[in-house]
Amino acid sequence: MENSLFTANNIWMMICTGLVFIMHLGFSFLEIGLTRQKNTINILFKNMFIICAGLVLYALIGFGLMYPGEFNGVLGFGGLGLRLPENGLTAEYASGGYTYWTDFLFQGMFAATAATIVSGAVAERVKLESFILFTIIYVGLIYPIAGSWQWGGGFLSEMGFYDFAGSTLVHSVGGWAALIAVYLLGPRIGKFSESGKVGAIPGHNLPLATAGVLILWLGWFGFNGGSVLSADPAATSLVLVTTSLAAAAGGISGFLFAYIRYKKYDLTMFLNGILGGLVGITAGADQMGITDSLVIGLLAGVIVVLGVALIDKLKLDDPVGAIAVHLICGIFGTLAVGIFGAKAGWEQFVHQLVGVGLIGLFCCISAFIILFALKKTLGLRVSKEEEVEGLDLHEHGMTAYPDFRLD
Amino acid sequence: MKKIEAIIRKSKFDEVKDALHQVQVNFFSYWDVTGVGNEKEGHVYRGVTYSTSDIQRRYLSIVVSDSFLERTIDTILKTAYTGNVGDGKIFVSDISETYRIRTAEKGEGSLK
Repeated sequence: MENSLFTANNIWMMICTGLVFIMHLGFSFLEIGLTRQKNTINILFKNMFIICAGLVLYALIGFGLMYPGEFNGVLGFGGLGLRLPENGLTAEYASGGYTYWTDFLFQGMFAATAATIVSGAVAERVKLESFILFTIIYVGLIYPIAGSWQWGGGFLSEMGFYDFAGSTLVHSVGGWAALIAVYLLGPRIGKFSESGKVGAIPGHNLPLATAGVLILWLGWFGFNGGSVLSADPAATSLVLVTTSLAAAAGGISGFLFAYIRYKKYDLTMFLNGILGGLVGITAGADQMGITDSLVIGLLAGVIVVLGVALIDKLKLDDPVGAIAVHLICGIFGTLAVGIFGAKAGWEQFVHQLVGVGLIGLFCCISAFIILFALKKTLGLRVSKEEEVEGLDLHEHGMTAYPDFRLD
Repeated sequence: MKKIEAIIRKSKFDEVKDALHQVQVNFFSYWDVTGVGNEKEGHVYRGVTYSTSDIQRRYLSIVVSDSFLERTIDTILKTAYTGNVGDGKIFVSDISETYRIRTAEKGEGSLK
Protein backbone atom coordinates (compact mmCIF):
# COMPACT_ATOMS: atom_id res chain seq x y z
CA MET A 1 0.00 0.00 0.00
CA GLU A 2 1.23 3.47 -0.81
CA ASN A 3 2.51 5.32 2.22
CA SER A 4 0.30 8.30 1.48
CA LEU A 5 -2.80 6.11 1.64
CA PHE A 6 -1.67 4.51 4.90
CA THR A 7 -1.01 7.98 6.26
CA ALA A 8 -4.42 9.22 5.19
CA ASN A 9 -6.14 6.25 6.82
CA ASN A 10 -4.24 6.70 10.04
CA ILE A 11 -4.95 10.43 10.13
CA TRP A 12 -8.67 9.81 9.85
CA MET A 13 -8.50 7.20 12.63
CA MET A 14 -6.62 9.61 14.87
CA ILE A 15 -9.18 12.33 14.23
CA CYS A 16 -11.91 9.87 15.13
CA THR A 17 -10.01 9.01 18.30
CA GLY A 18 -10.19 12.67 19.28
CA LEU A 19 -13.88 12.87 18.40
CA VAL A 20 -14.74 9.87 20.56
CA PHE A 21 -12.66 11.38 23.35
CA ILE A 22 -14.68 14.58 23.32
CA MET A 23 -17.85 12.53 23.85
CA HIS A 24 -16.89 12.44 27.49
CA LEU A 25 -17.41 16.18 27.54
CA GLY A 26 -20.81 15.59 26.02
CA PHE A 27 -21.72 12.97 28.61
CA SER A 28 -20.55 15.24 31.43
CA PHE A 29 -22.64 18.16 30.22
CA LEU A 30 -25.69 16.00 29.63
CA GLU A 31 -25.55 14.42 33.06
CA ILE A 32 -24.95 17.72 34.81
CA GLY A 33 -27.74 19.40 32.93
CA LEU A 34 -30.31 16.77 33.83
CA THR A 35 -29.46 16.58 37.54
CA ARG A 36 -29.42 19.03 40.41
CA GLN A 37 -26.79 21.67 41.00
CA LYS A 38 -25.87 20.28 44.40
CA ASN A 39 -24.36 17.18 42.78
CA THR A 40 -22.56 18.79 39.85
CA ILE A 41 -19.02 18.38 41.15
CA ASN A 42 -19.68 14.75 41.96
CA ILE A 43 -20.79 14.04 38.41
CA LEU A 44 -17.81 15.86 36.93
CA PHE A 45 -15.52 13.94 39.24
CA LYS A 46 -16.99 10.59 38.24
CA ASN A 47 -16.65 11.44 34.56
CA MET A 48 -13.05 12.59 34.95
CA PHE A 49 -12.24 9.38 36.76
CA ILE A 50 -13.83 7.25 34.07
CA ILE A 51 -11.77 8.86 31.31
CA CYS A 52 -8.50 8.56 33.16
CA ALA A 53 -8.96 5.17 34.79
CA GLY A 54 -10.52 3.76 31.65
CA LEU A 55 -7.57 4.68 29.49
CA VAL A 56 -4.96 3.45 31.97
CA LEU A 57 -6.79 0.17 32.57
CA TYR A 58 -7.15 -0.36 28.84
CA ALA A 59 -3.42 0.15 28.44
CA LEU A 60 -2.62 -2.24 31.27
CA ILE A 61 -5.06 -5.09 30.66
CA GLY A 62 -8.06 -4.04 28.57
CA PHE A 63 -6.45 -4.00 25.14
CA GLY A 64 -4.81 -7.36 25.77
CA LEU A 65 -8.12 -8.88 26.93
CA MET A 66 -10.13 -7.49 24.05
CA TYR A 67 -7.70 -8.43 21.27
CA PRO A 68 -5.90 -11.52 22.54
CA GLY A 69 -4.88 -12.69 19.08
CA GLU A 70 -5.35 -16.43 18.77
CA PHE A 71 -7.61 -17.64 21.56
CA ASN A 72 -10.39 -20.08 22.42
CA GLY A 73 -13.02 -17.54 21.48
CA VAL A 74 -14.29 -16.97 25.01
CA LEU A 75 -11.41 -15.83 27.18
CA GLY A 76 -7.90 -14.96 26.17
CA PHE A 77 -5.18 -12.58 27.17
CA GLY A 78 -2.70 -11.00 24.80
CA GLY A 79 -0.42 -9.93 27.61
CA LEU A 80 -0.01 -7.15 30.12
CA GLY A 81 0.63 -3.64 28.91
CA LEU A 82 1.27 -2.37 25.43
CA ARG A 83 3.95 -3.91 23.26
CA LEU A 84 4.46 -2.68 19.73
CA PRO A 85 4.44 -5.67 17.39
CA GLU A 86 7.04 -5.88 14.65
CA ASN A 87 4.76 -4.62 11.93
CA GLY A 88 2.84 -2.29 14.25
CA LEU A 89 3.85 0.89 12.49
CA THR A 90 3.42 -0.40 8.95
CA ALA A 91 0.56 -0.94 6.57
CA GLU A 92 0.84 -4.63 7.36
CA TYR A 93 -0.54 -4.20 10.86
CA ALA A 94 -4.22 -3.60 10.11
CA SER A 95 -4.54 -3.77 6.34
CA GLY A 96 -3.09 -0.29 6.19
CA GLY A 97 -5.92 1.23 8.21
CA TYR A 98 -3.93 2.45 11.20
CA THR A 99 -0.92 1.79 13.38
CA TYR A 100 -0.81 -0.26 16.57
CA TRP A 101 -0.79 2.90 18.68
CA THR A 102 -3.81 4.32 16.91
CA ASP A 103 -5.54 0.97 17.33
CA PHE A 104 -4.99 1.02 21.08
CA LEU A 105 -6.00 4.64 21.57
CA PHE A 106 -9.07 4.53 19.37
CA GLN A 107 -10.37 1.41 21.10
CA GLY A 108 -9.35 2.80 24.47
CA MET A 109 -11.62 5.79 23.99
CA PHE A 110 -14.55 3.41 23.51
CA ALA A 111 -13.84 1.49 26.69
CA ALA A 112 -14.60 4.25 29.13
CA THR A 113 -17.96 5.04 27.51
CA ALA A 114 -19.42 1.83 28.97
CA ALA A 115 -18.89 3.06 32.54
CA THR A 116 -19.96 6.57 31.69
CA ILE A 117 -23.38 5.24 30.72
CA VAL A 118 -23.72 3.84 34.23
CA SER A 119 -22.60 7.10 35.86
CA GLY A 120 -25.67 8.90 34.55
CA ALA A 121 -28.08 6.28 35.81
CA VAL A 122 -26.65 6.20 39.34
CA ALA A 123 -26.24 9.96 39.64
CA GLU A 124 -27.11 11.90 42.77
CA ARG A 125 -27.04 8.99 45.21
CA VAL A 126 -24.24 6.55 44.50
CA LYS A 127 -21.26 6.39 46.82
CA LEU A 128 -18.16 7.64 45.01
CA GLU A 129 -15.83 4.91 46.30
CA SER A 130 -18.22 2.17 45.27
CA PHE A 131 -18.63 3.67 41.84
CA ILE A 132 -14.87 3.92 41.41
CA LEU A 133 -14.38 0.27 42.34
CA PHE A 134 -17.22 -0.80 40.08
CA THR A 135 -15.73 1.16 37.18
CA ILE A 136 -12.31 -0.39 37.63
CA ILE A 137 -13.66 -3.93 37.50
CA TYR A 138 -16.31 -3.36 34.84
CA VAL A 139 -14.20 -1.32 32.42
CA GLY A 140 -11.05 -3.23 33.26
CA LEU A 141 -12.43 -6.71 32.78
CA ILE A 142 -16.05 -7.05 31.72
CA TYR A 143 -16.06 -4.61 28.81
CA PRO A 144 -12.95 -6.00 27.08
CA ILE A 145 -14.00 -9.62 27.57
CA ALA A 146 -17.38 -8.90 26.01
CA GLY A 147 -15.64 -7.01 23.23
CA SER A 148 -13.27 -9.88 22.54
CA TRP A 149 -16.21 -12.15 21.73
CA GLN A 150 -16.93 -10.05 18.65
CA TRP A 151 -14.30 -7.51 17.68
CA GLY A 152 -11.47 -9.59 19.11
CA GLY A 153 -12.42 -12.44 16.83
CA GLY A 154 -14.24 -14.52 19.40
CA PHE A 155 -17.17 -16.90 19.17
CA LEU A 156 -19.81 -14.26 18.45
CA SER A 157 -18.06 -13.05 15.34
CA GLU A 158 -17.55 -16.64 14.22
CA MET A 159 -21.25 -17.26 14.69
CA GLY A 160 -22.12 -14.36 12.41
CA PHE A 161 -23.19 -11.73 14.92
CA TYR A 162 -22.72 -8.17 13.62
CA ASP A 163 -22.14 -5.01 15.59
CA PHE A 164 -20.52 -2.33 13.48
CA ALA A 165 -19.65 0.23 16.13
CA GLY A 166 -21.07 -1.09 19.36
CA SER A 167 -24.83 -0.86 19.87
CA THR A 168 -24.39 -4.03 21.88
CA LEU A 169 -20.71 -4.13 22.73
CA VAL A 170 -20.59 -0.59 24.10
CA HIS A 171 -24.09 0.76 24.63
CA SER A 172 -25.91 -2.25 25.94
CA VAL A 173 -22.85 -3.38 27.94
CA GLY A 174 -23.19 -0.07 29.75
CA GLY A 175 -26.97 -0.23 29.66
CA TRP A 176 -27.28 -3.62 31.35
CA ALA A 177 -24.97 -2.47 34.14
CA ALA A 178 -27.01 0.70 34.47
CA LEU A 179 -30.17 -1.35 34.84
CA ILE A 180 -28.69 -3.60 37.53
CA ALA A 181 -27.16 -0.62 39.31
CA VAL A 182 -30.40 1.34 39.34
CA TYR A 183 -32.22 -1.71 40.68
CA LEU A 184 -29.73 -2.35 43.49
CA LEU A 185 -29.23 1.31 44.30
CA GLY A 186 -32.81 2.35 44.68
CA PRO A 187 -34.42 5.62 43.65
CA ARG A 188 -33.44 9.09 44.75
CA ILE A 189 -35.27 10.41 47.78
CA GLY A 190 -38.38 12.12 46.54
CA LYS A 191 -38.56 10.44 43.13
CA PHE A 192 -41.32 8.02 44.07
CA SER A 193 -43.79 8.82 46.82
CA GLU A 194 -45.02 6.20 49.27
CA SER A 195 -48.29 5.97 47.40
CA GLY A 196 -46.30 5.04 44.30
CA LYS A 197 -46.74 8.34 42.48
CA VAL A 198 -43.88 9.28 40.19
CA GLY A 199 -42.28 12.61 40.98
CA ALA A 200 -40.20 14.83 38.73
CA ILE A 201 -36.76 16.02 39.73
CA PRO A 202 -35.99 18.59 37.03
CA GLY A 203 -32.46 19.11 35.80
CA HIS A 204 -30.83 22.38 36.67
CA ASN A 205 -29.19 23.33 33.40
CA LEU A 206 -30.92 22.42 30.18
CA PRO A 207 -28.63 24.57 28.02
CA LEU A 208 -25.75 22.43 29.23
CA ALA A 209 -27.70 19.25 28.57
CA THR A 210 -28.40 20.41 25.02
CA ALA A 211 -24.75 21.31 24.49
CA GLY A 212 -23.92 17.85 25.73
CA VAL A 213 -26.12 16.12 23.18
CA LEU A 214 -24.74 18.19 20.31
CA ILE A 215 -21.20 17.35 21.40
CA LEU A 216 -22.15 13.68 21.59
CA TRP A 217 -23.60 13.83 18.07
CA LEU A 218 -20.35 15.38 16.87
CA GLY A 219 -18.41 12.68 18.68
CA TRP A 220 -20.46 10.04 16.90
CA PHE A 221 -18.89 11.17 13.62
CA GLY A 222 -15.77 9.60 15.04
CA PHE A 223 -17.50 6.77 16.90
CA ASN A 224 -19.13 5.42 13.75
CA GLY A 225 -16.85 7.04 11.19
CA GLY A 226 -13.80 5.48 12.80
CA SER A 227 -15.39 2.06 13.12
CA VAL A 228 -14.83 1.74 9.36
CA LEU A 229 -11.23 1.21 10.52
CA SER A 230 -9.83 3.14 7.59
CA ALA A 231 -10.53 6.35 5.69
CA ASP A 232 -12.18 4.48 2.85
CA PRO A 233 -14.22 7.23 1.16
CA ALA A 234 -17.16 5.04 0.21
CA ALA A 235 -17.69 3.51 3.63
CA THR A 236 -16.90 6.51 5.80
CA SER A 237 -18.99 8.96 3.82
CA LEU A 238 -21.97 6.59 3.90
CA VAL A 239 -21.59 5.93 7.62
CA LEU A 240 -21.55 9.63 8.48
CA VAL A 241 -24.76 10.09 6.51
CA THR A 242 -26.62 7.14 8.05
CA THR A 243 -25.48 8.21 11.52
CA SER A 244 -26.64 11.80 11.21
CA LEU A 245 -29.91 10.94 9.50
CA ALA A 246 -30.78 8.47 12.24
CA ALA A 247 -29.96 11.10 14.86
CA ALA A 248 -32.12 13.70 13.17
CA ALA A 249 -35.03 11.31 12.66
CA GLY A 250 -34.74 10.15 16.25
CA GLY A 251 -34.96 13.67 17.56
CA ILE A 252 -38.00 14.51 15.49
CA SER A 253 -39.91 11.37 16.32
CA GLY A 254 -38.87 11.70 19.95
CA PHE A 255 -40.35 15.14 20.41
CA LEU A 256 -43.42 14.45 18.27
CA PHE A 257 -44.25 11.23 20.07
CA ALA A 258 -43.69 12.91 23.43
CA TYR A 259 -46.04 15.68 22.33
CA ILE A 260 -48.71 13.17 21.36
CA ARG A 261 -48.40 11.51 24.76
CA TYR A 262 -47.80 14.45 27.05
CA LYS A 263 -49.21 17.43 25.16
CA LYS A 264 -46.02 19.40 25.66
CA TYR A 265 -42.92 19.90 23.54
CA ASP A 266 -40.38 18.34 25.88
CA LEU A 267 -36.79 19.34 25.11
CA THR A 268 -35.34 16.44 27.07
CA MET A 269 -37.31 13.95 24.98
CA PHE A 270 -36.02 15.66 21.86
CA LEU A 271 -32.48 15.22 23.18
CA ASN A 272 -33.01 11.63 24.27
CA GLY A 273 -34.58 10.90 20.88
CA ILE A 274 -31.47 12.13 19.09
CA LEU A 275 -29.31 9.89 21.27
CA GLY A 276 -31.66 6.96 20.77
CA GLY A 277 -31.36 7.37 17.02
CA LEU A 278 -27.58 7.48 17.29
CA VAL A 279 -27.43 4.36 19.43
CA GLY A 280 -29.94 2.64 17.18
CA ILE A 281 -27.91 3.14 13.99
CA THR A 282 -24.61 2.24 15.61
CA ALA A 283 -24.84 -1.52 15.09
CA GLY A 284 -25.42 -1.26 11.36
CA ALA A 285 -24.37 2.21 10.21
CA ASP A 286 -22.42 0.75 7.32
CA GLN A 287 -25.21 -1.61 6.27
CA MET A 288 -28.10 0.81 6.08
CA GLY A 289 -29.42 2.90 3.24
CA ILE A 290 -31.06 6.29 3.49
CA THR A 291 -34.58 5.05 4.11
CA ASP A 292 -33.32 2.44 6.58
CA SER A 293 -31.51 5.10 8.60
CA LEU A 294 -34.51 7.39 8.75
CA VAL A 295 -36.82 4.56 9.77
CA ILE A 296 -34.41 3.32 12.43
CA GLY A 297 -34.16 6.84 13.79
CA LEU A 298 -37.92 7.33 13.79
CA LEU A 299 -38.49 4.06 15.60
CA ALA A 300 -35.71 4.77 18.09
CA GLY A 301 -37.29 8.09 19.05
CA VAL A 302 -40.58 6.40 19.85
CA ILE A 303 -38.79 3.62 21.72
CA VAL A 304 -36.92 6.12 23.87
CA VAL A 305 -40.10 7.90 24.97
CA LEU A 306 -41.80 4.61 25.76
CA GLY A 307 -38.66 3.33 27.43
CA VAL A 308 -38.40 6.25 29.81
CA ALA A 309 -42.05 5.79 30.78
CA LEU A 310 -41.50 2.06 31.29
CA ILE A 311 -38.52 2.59 33.58
CA ASP A 312 -40.59 4.97 35.67
CA LYS A 313 -43.42 2.48 35.76
CA LEU A 314 -41.06 -0.21 37.04
CA LYS A 315 -40.22 2.13 39.93
CA LEU A 316 -36.64 2.46 38.74
CA ASP A 317 -35.04 5.89 38.94
CA ASP A 318 -32.86 6.77 35.96
CA PRO A 319 -32.15 10.52 36.08
CA VAL A 320 -30.84 10.82 32.52
CA GLY A 321 -32.71 8.09 30.66
CA ALA A 322 -29.54 6.06 30.18
CA ILE A 323 -31.37 2.73 30.24
CA ALA A 324 -33.91 3.79 27.63
CA VAL A 325 -31.29 5.30 25.34
CA HIS A 326 -28.41 2.88 25.69
CA LEU A 327 -29.91 -0.44 26.69
CA ILE A 328 -33.28 -0.49 24.97
CA CYS A 329 -32.15 1.36 21.84
CA GLY A 330 -28.90 -0.60 21.91
CA ILE A 331 -30.88 -3.84 21.70
CA PHE A 332 -33.14 -2.34 19.05
CA GLY A 333 -30.18 -1.13 16.99
CA THR A 334 -28.58 -4.55 17.16
CA LEU A 335 -31.74 -6.36 16.09
CA ALA A 336 -32.26 -3.76 13.35
CA VAL A 337 -29.27 -5.22 11.51
CA GLY A 338 -31.40 -8.28 10.89
CA ILE A 339 -34.45 -6.28 9.89
CA PHE A 340 -33.12 -3.46 7.70
CA GLY A 341 -30.25 -2.90 5.36
CA ALA A 342 -27.86 -5.14 3.50
CA LYS A 343 -27.78 -7.92 6.09
CA ALA A 344 -31.51 -8.10 6.68
CA GLY A 345 -32.81 -11.61 6.96
CA TRP A 346 -34.17 -14.16 9.35
CA GLU A 347 -30.80 -15.88 9.85
CA GLN A 348 -29.03 -12.64 10.70
CA PHE A 349 -31.86 -11.64 13.01
CA VAL A 350 -31.39 -14.84 14.97
CA HIS A 351 -27.64 -14.22 15.17
CA GLN A 352 -28.36 -10.74 16.52
CA LEU A 353 -30.84 -12.08 19.04
CA VAL A 354 -28.37 -14.67 20.31
CA GLY A 355 -25.64 -12.04 20.62
CA VAL A 356 -27.91 -9.67 22.50
CA GLY A 357 -28.97 -12.45 24.82
CA LEU A 358 -25.51 -13.79 25.61
CA ILE A 359 -23.97 -10.35 26.15
CA GLY A 360 -26.99 -9.48 28.26
CA LEU A 361 -26.55 -12.55 30.40
CA PHE A 362 -22.83 -11.94 30.82
CA CYS A 363 -23.22 -8.27 31.70
CA CYS A 364 -26.17 -8.68 34.03
CA ILE A 365 -24.54 -11.49 35.99
CA SER A 366 -21.16 -9.79 36.29
CA ALA A 367 -22.63 -6.38 37.09
CA PHE A 368 -24.90 -7.95 39.67
CA ILE A 369 -22.02 -9.78 41.36
CA ILE A 370 -19.83 -6.68 41.49
CA LEU A 371 -22.56 -4.31 42.64
CA PHE A 372 -24.12 -6.73 45.11
CA ALA A 373 -20.72 -7.35 46.69
CA LEU A 374 -20.16 -3.60 46.92
CA LYS A 375 -23.63 -3.12 48.38
CA LYS A 376 -22.93 -5.63 51.12
CA THR A 377 -19.48 -4.31 51.97
CA LEU A 378 -18.96 -0.61 51.29
CA GLY A 379 -22.57 0.17 50.59
CA LEU A 380 -23.79 1.64 47.32
CA ARG A 381 -25.58 4.75 48.54
CA VAL A 382 -24.62 7.86 50.42
CA SER A 383 -26.45 8.58 53.66
CA LYS A 384 -29.84 10.26 53.60
CA GLU A 385 -28.39 13.50 54.96
CA GLU A 386 -25.69 13.58 52.29
CA GLU A 387 -28.19 12.92 49.55
CA VAL A 388 -30.54 15.68 50.68
CA GLU A 389 -27.82 18.26 51.21
CA GLY A 390 -25.94 17.33 48.08
CA LEU A 391 -22.92 15.16 47.34
CA ASP A 392 -20.75 18.15 46.42
CA LEU A 393 -20.60 19.48 49.94
CA HIS A 394 -20.12 16.15 51.65
CA GLU A 395 -17.94 14.10 49.31
CA HIS A 396 -16.02 16.99 47.78
CA GLY A 397 -16.13 19.84 50.29
CA MET A 398 -16.91 22.37 47.59
CA THR A 399 -19.79 23.63 45.54
CA ALA A 400 -19.90 23.96 41.79
CA TYR A 401 -21.20 27.51 41.77
CA PRO A 402 -19.95 29.16 44.95
CA ASP A 403 -21.09 32.62 43.97
CA PHE A 404 -24.59 31.96 42.80
CA ARG A 405 -27.34 29.37 42.85
CA LEU A 406 -29.06 27.89 39.86
CA ASP A 407 -31.72 25.96 41.72
CA MET B 1 -53.28 38.49 61.78
CA LYS B 2 -49.65 37.61 62.16
CA LYS B 3 -46.66 37.17 59.88
CA ILE B 4 -44.35 34.28 60.73
CA GLU B 5 -40.92 34.44 59.15
CA ALA B 6 -38.91 31.27 59.51
CA ILE B 7 -35.34 30.68 58.42
CA ILE B 8 -34.84 26.93 58.16
CA ARG B 9 -32.45 24.39 56.73
CA LYS B 10 -33.07 23.68 53.05
CA SER B 11 -32.85 19.97 53.78
CA LYS B 12 -35.78 20.30 56.21
CA PHE B 13 -38.01 22.24 53.86
CA ASP B 14 -40.03 19.35 52.43
CA GLU B 15 -40.76 18.04 55.93
CA VAL B 16 -41.80 21.47 57.20
CA LYS B 17 -43.97 22.12 54.16
CA ASP B 18 -45.78 18.79 54.41
CA ALA B 19 -46.34 19.29 58.15
CA LEU B 20 -47.74 22.79 57.59
CA HIS B 21 -50.16 21.39 55.02
CA GLN B 22 -51.25 18.84 57.61
CA VAL B 23 -52.36 21.65 59.95
CA GLN B 24 -54.12 23.51 57.15
CA VAL B 25 -51.47 26.15 56.62
CA ASN B 26 -51.51 26.07 52.85
CA PHE B 27 -50.30 29.46 51.66
CA PHE B 28 -46.86 30.91 52.06
CA SER B 29 -43.94 32.21 50.04
CA TYR B 30 -40.39 31.02 50.26
CA TRP B 31 -37.03 31.85 48.78
CA ASP B 32 -33.42 30.84 49.22
CA VAL B 33 -31.21 33.11 51.24
CA THR B 34 -27.58 33.29 52.22
CA GLY B 35 -26.81 34.37 55.72
CA VAL B 36 -24.22 34.51 58.43
CA GLY B 37 -24.60 32.91 61.78
CA ASN B 38 -23.01 30.57 64.25
CA GLU B 39 -22.75 27.59 61.94
CA LYS B 40 -19.77 27.26 59.67
CA GLU B 41 -19.53 25.03 56.63
CA GLY B 42 -16.15 23.37 56.12
CA HIS B 43 -14.89 23.66 52.56
CA VAL B 44 -11.67 22.40 51.01
CA TYR B 45 -10.29 24.06 47.91
CA ARG B 46 -7.01 23.02 46.33
CA GLY B 47 -5.46 22.00 49.63
CA VAL B 48 -6.78 24.90 51.63
CA THR B 49 -9.40 24.24 54.27
CA TYR B 50 -11.56 27.26 54.76
CA SER B 51 -14.76 27.62 56.63
CA THR B 52 -17.36 29.79 55.14
CA SER B 53 -19.83 31.52 57.34
CA ASP B 54 -22.01 32.19 54.31
CA ILE B 55 -24.69 29.62 54.89
CA GLN B 56 -27.56 28.69 52.59
CA ARG B 57 -30.99 28.63 54.16
CA ARG B 58 -34.60 28.84 53.10
CA TYR B 59 -36.77 31.77 54.19
CA LEU B 60 -40.48 31.18 54.66
CA SER B 61 -42.95 34.02 54.95
CA ILE B 62 -46.33 32.87 56.28
CA VAL B 63 -49.26 35.15 57.04
CA VAL B 64 -51.95 33.51 59.21
CA SER B 65 -54.95 34.49 61.25
CA ASP B 66 -54.36 34.74 65.00
CA SER B 67 -56.02 31.40 65.70
CA PHE B 68 -53.49 29.64 63.50
CA LEU B 69 -50.44 31.24 65.09
CA GLU B 70 -49.67 28.68 67.74
CA ARG B 71 -50.04 25.58 65.59
CA THR B 72 -47.88 27.09 62.85
CA ILE B 73 -45.05 27.88 65.23
CA ASP B 74 -45.27 24.51 66.95
CA THR B 75 -45.19 22.72 63.61
CA ILE B 76 -42.10 24.58 62.46
CA LEU B 77 -40.32 24.17 65.78
CA LYS B 78 -40.91 20.45 65.62
CA THR B 79 -40.16 19.64 61.99
CA ALA B 80 -37.29 22.06 61.33
CA TYR B 81 -35.41 20.81 64.36
CA THR B 82 -32.23 18.74 64.11
CA GLY B 83 -30.50 19.63 67.37
CA ASN B 84 -27.39 20.91 65.60
CA VAL B 85 -26.18 24.50 65.59
CA GLY B 86 -27.79 26.25 62.62
CA ASP B 87 -31.41 25.05 62.88
CA GLY B 88 -32.65 28.59 62.28
CA LYS B 89 -35.01 31.18 63.71
CA ILE B 90 -38.67 32.19 63.75
CA PHE B 91 -39.85 35.80 63.87
CA VAL B 92 -43.43 36.89 64.52
CA SER B 93 -44.81 40.28 63.62
CA ASP B 94 -48.21 41.91 63.35
CA ILE B 95 -50.04 42.31 60.04
CA SER B 96 -52.52 45.19 59.97
CA GLU B 97 -54.49 44.20 56.86
CA THR B 98 -54.68 41.45 54.23
CA TYR B 99 -56.54 41.27 50.88
CA ARG B 100 -57.29 38.61 48.31
CA ILE B 101 -56.56 40.15 44.94
CA ARG B 102 -59.03 38.04 42.92
CA THR B 103 -62.08 39.01 44.98
CA ALA B 104 -60.83 42.14 46.77
CA GLU B 105 -62.05 40.75 50.08
CA LYS B 106 -60.09 41.71 53.14
CA GLY B 107 -59.44 40.50 56.63
CA GLU B 108 -59.16 36.96 57.97
CA GLY B 109 -61.46 35.67 55.22
CA SER B 110 -58.81 36.40 52.62
CA LEU B 111 -56.43 34.01 54.35
CA LYS B 112 -58.63 30.92 54.04
